[in-house]
Amino acid sequence: MTSRRLNVGGFVDREQPLDFFWNGVRLKGFSGDTLASALLANGKSVIGRSFKYHRPRGVMSAGVEESGALVTLGAGDRSDANVRATTQELYQGLIAKGQNAWPSVEFDLGAINNLLGRFFAAGFYYKTFMGIPPFEWGSGTGAWMWYEKFIRKAAGMGRASRLPDPDNYEHAHDYCDVLVVGSGPTGEAAAISIADAGLDVILVEQDSSLGGNSLVLDESLSSDERLAYLKSKGVRVMSRTTAFGIYDNLVVGLLERVSDHISDPPAYLPRQRFWIFRSRFIILATGAIERHIAFSNNDRPGVMTANAGCIYLKRFGVLVGEQVTMATTNDSAYQVAADLNKAGASVTLLDARPQISSELTDIIQSSGIELHLSAAPFDVIGRSATRGLTIAKSDGSHWKKAFEKKCDSILVSGGWSPVIHLLSHRGVKPIWHPTDACFLPGATDESIVVAGAAAGVWDNVDCRESGERVAEVAIRTIKNGLSSESVAATMGNSGTKSSVIPLYEVRNSKKKFKSFVDFQHDVTSNDIRLAHKEGYVSVEHLKRYTTLGMATDGGKMGNVVGLALMAEAAGKEIPDVGTTVFRPPYTPVSIGALAGRSVGKNFRPLRKTALHDWNIAHGAVMIETGLWQRPWYYPQAGETISEAYVREATITRRSVGICDVTSLGKIAVQGPDATEFLDRIYTNAFAKLAVGKARYGIMLRDDGLVMDDGTTWRLSETDYFMTTTTAHAAQVMAWLEELLQTRWPSLKVHVTSVSDAWVGISVSGPKSRAVLESVSSNVDHLSNESFPFMGVREVFLKDGVECRVARISFSGELGYEVYVPADFGSHVMEKLWVKAAELGGCLYGLETLGTLRIEKGHVTGAELDGRVTLEDAGLGKMASSKKLFIGSTLRRRPELLRQDRPKLVGIFPRDRTTMFNAGAILKGADSAEECGDGWITAVTHSPELGHWIGLGFISGGHSAWTNKGVVSLDPVRNRNIDVEIVSPHMVDPEGVRQRG
Amino acid sequence: MIRINCPFCGYRDHSEFTYGRDATVDIPGLDASSELWVEAVFLRDNIDGIQHELWHHVHGCRMWIVVSRDTNSHKIYSVDAAHQDVKRLLESEDVLVPGAKDTLS
Repeated sequence: MTSRRLNVGGFVDREQPLDFFWNGVRLKGFSGDTLASALLANGKSVIGRSFKYHRPRGVMSAGVEESGALVTLGAGDRSDANVRATTQELYQGLIAKGQNAWPSVEFDLGAINNLLGRFFAAGFYYKTFMGIPPFEWGSGTGAWMWYEKFIRKAAGMGRASRLPDPDNYEHAHDYCDVLVVGSGPTGEAAAISIADAGLDVILVEQDSSLGGNSLVLDESLSSDERLAYLKSKGVRVMSRTTAFGIYDNLVVGLLERVSDHISDPPAYLPRQRFWIFRSRFIILATGAIERHIAFSNNDRPGVMTANAGCIYLKRFGVLVGEQVTMATTNDSAYQVAADLNKAGASVTLLDARPQISSELTDIIQSSGIELHLSAAPFDVIGRSATRGLTIAKSDGSHWKKAFEKKCDSILVSGGWSPVIHLLSHRGVKPIWHPTDACFLPGATDESIVVAGAAAGVWDNVDCRESGERVAEVAIRTIKNGLSSESVAATMGNSGTKSSVIPLYEVRNSKKKFKSFVDFQHDVTSNDIRLAHKEGYVSVEHLKRYTTLGMATDGGKMGNVVGLALMAEAAGKEIPDVGTTVFRPPYTPVSIGALAGRSVGKNFRPLRKTALHDWNIAHGAVMIETGLWQRPWYYPQAGETISEAYVREATITRRSVGICDVTSLGKIAVQGPDATEFLDRIYTNAFAKLAVGKARYGIMLRDDGLVMDDGTTWRLSETDYFMTTTTAHAAQVMAWLEELLQTRWPSLKVHVTSVSDAWVGISVSGPKSRAVLESVSSNVDHLSNESFPFMGVREVFLKDGVECRVARISFSGELGYEVYVPADFGSHVMEKLWVKAAELGGCLYGLETLGTLRIEKGHVTGAELDGRVTLEDAGLGKMASSKKLFIGSTLRRRPELLRQDRPKLVGIFPRDRTTMFNAGAILKGADSAEECGDGWITAVTHSPELGHWIGLGFISGGHSAWTNKGVVSLDPVRNRNIDVEIVSPHMVDPEGVRQRG
Repeated sequence: MIRINCPFCGYRDHSEFTYGRDATVDIPGLDASSELWVEAVFLRDNIDGIQHELWHHVHGCRMWIVVSRDTNSHKIYSVDAAHQDVKRLLESEDVLVPGAKDTLS
């Protein structure tokens, strides 16, 4: 191919030259170029290598359907694979290279695959998985395992960078009355009409230039002129923005390429912006894509669509060849032929039709174009560049090789496929129109209409009219509240003036030929026939078997041809074979854009307690639990986590420890029926809970299994303060709201989440009372008599801060939970800590919290995992027999009452010097149960007992395993330890300390 | 994206809501037989068509609402407050006067 830049014509700015690098070589283009047009202007024909066969490929189109000129853009962490050179705008310093080739796209050793083509036919992967017949029938994939790595290396496309993406992406949301997709004649006319009617309209264009097909007309306005006019009309315009998918309720996903076209974008600009638009009406003016024809070697560099030849000429001032042979099945190529001819090319036009209209004859006669009727392309001569074309003539039923024509460029128009992808996203089946040889949009009852070429209107003037007509429908729908059904009724395909004959393949009788249907995945017409021969009748199966239409272009070029060949092989009509469903995205969307700002530390929200900074300042090492950041342990100089928690736990049991428990859920339950409500949701009785007392409660789900536990404090007759576990706080709140709003609407109760309003500080250990006394204004209030175990008091501190204090204990020691208004959290924490430190106390974190509660056999989320009954958790006495509560019926299902269910137990290592791991399986030494008899949920080193201990569940519980050998099986870490099953209450089982 | 017309907040994206359960299931009284409870808790129809569902406007007004939704098309036919008294109040003319929703608080 000898493509070159012309001295005049197009919208490129010849005053603004740009340097760019192609495979390391500096080349020149102009502002306004795409990478593809600049490469063509430099006479580059081989741009890439194909997926399977490593065949040389060049530019095949001028748009999003590109399957040949796929390149890797940029370098290092900004390297971006499989970029379509046809849509990438050129900028100063752009770096691009060819891909899937070694050592280069011009000379690629991988091209050996082309000779091995018969092994890589349709279903190659599936057949390989099955083993090589007859040696491996049924024995599977031994061979695959061996050569997988070679195949993976040889096949494929560009390589993604393994480095973190350095760019920023944004998510944005917006609303509009009408969203118009496509700024060609149809979309432009529609948007202006709608804006004139005073509605809020957005016009979305994927290209950098507005105008679509208008841009190739003589004396077209420039994109800037169009933009200025649209803006003056009040149309909101978004260019470089692709509507990639339509979703329920007229929600449209857009991808705006904000700085992909800028050589050195300012740091404040995101690379791309991911938009979610909520609209009231959608107009699809998405145009049509020109189809290829399958013929031998139709993938050679130099073969492209007629429309591409036209766009490179009229928009970019690039002539694709000096001797151009064009092949068409319809009228649209004639104007292109005349334009190319006028620009200086010598043009030969092959028309598959036996006769043409007089208008077309006039074009030919006035230009001197060589025309052959009943002629079609047969076989391309040349390998890395087009050198000629063998031409076939039709005898009325068959194509026969007739003569050769020397040429350096072949332009093909196999007819037009309306871009109906976005409507297909809504599940609307397209309808085959034999007269136009294309799929047209089907009917929908949503407020979405298709207009212009996308609806089979081919002429530019008709397209404008079509746009204005659907604009009226949109305006009426929104202004008069027309129902969507009547929208559908007013639509319907307009008449067309096309005269196209269906031609999908010019078949070559030679055995060894490749005529491509899906260029990007190297699917040939023979592959499709092979798939049919092997029994694939459904088009959906055909797709998956041959990978037709499954490349990054989503079958924009090849699907209709593939379908037609499938129909022909099956002896059916195209609609009887089926249609394929297009799914979002219309063009690829980068993962970065989908993620937006939700990356790194912003991957998910982070919750910090009001004591967070205080904790950090006091040396806490933090740990993530759910969304919460909580103190894990407070190491002293040189301490490991194990040393730290053993110290913290020891000090807490001997003197006093302070822990931030703010993350617990806190719910205010208020109202005249609050007591009745709590009585229904907790398994134990709350009716007789006195004001000023707290009670530990467990709630079940409807199915009788444990949902959550916590303490609830009675502040007054009608006012309760409920605490939940950290993990289930949100779930419990939603559950209470559901009960009050849907199940018991007559109960006069209000629930309010007050989790963030209070800071919770746990003060535990024999000296905890002394710590509290040091800050309290009334020491008498705190004596064992006036403030007994499970008591609740409002305590005024010396500085006037009012706290809620409950004498409850998770650690099993004398202990208090102090709740402070969040704003005073760190102030009170500081006061408590100063006194505790004076008394030799310590701060402790989650690790120690775990140790203390495991020693006591207190359950948490590790045990209450949603599969556990009250009895399983050893809490059977928590179920009142005197009242009904949620779950009281279904907890008595026979399966849940079985004695051999796994029950909570304590675990000691038989050899007290050994350790074992949480997550291990518990198995009786003599047990035949291969899956084990239980499992271990939590393990810690107990400073109190001086050895490792654990909690877990084992069939039948503690009593069933007295004096029986049990093994902790840990096959993953290859550690099997003999253990003893003991009561879960391993330290102070009578609970003397917490009452003291 | 499903968009739900919350009776209290207006149209909102479904990401503000969580799905609760089948709204047509009669939750029996606490004293009901285990057969009734098994029916209510475990047995579900897999409806192809319009289904009445409970949703929770969890990142909004925190009200539970009944959404009638076509499981095929996601088309939503009606959205009501799940709390029967609140629903009646919303339907009464007083509340339709702008600003009158304040009477709910």
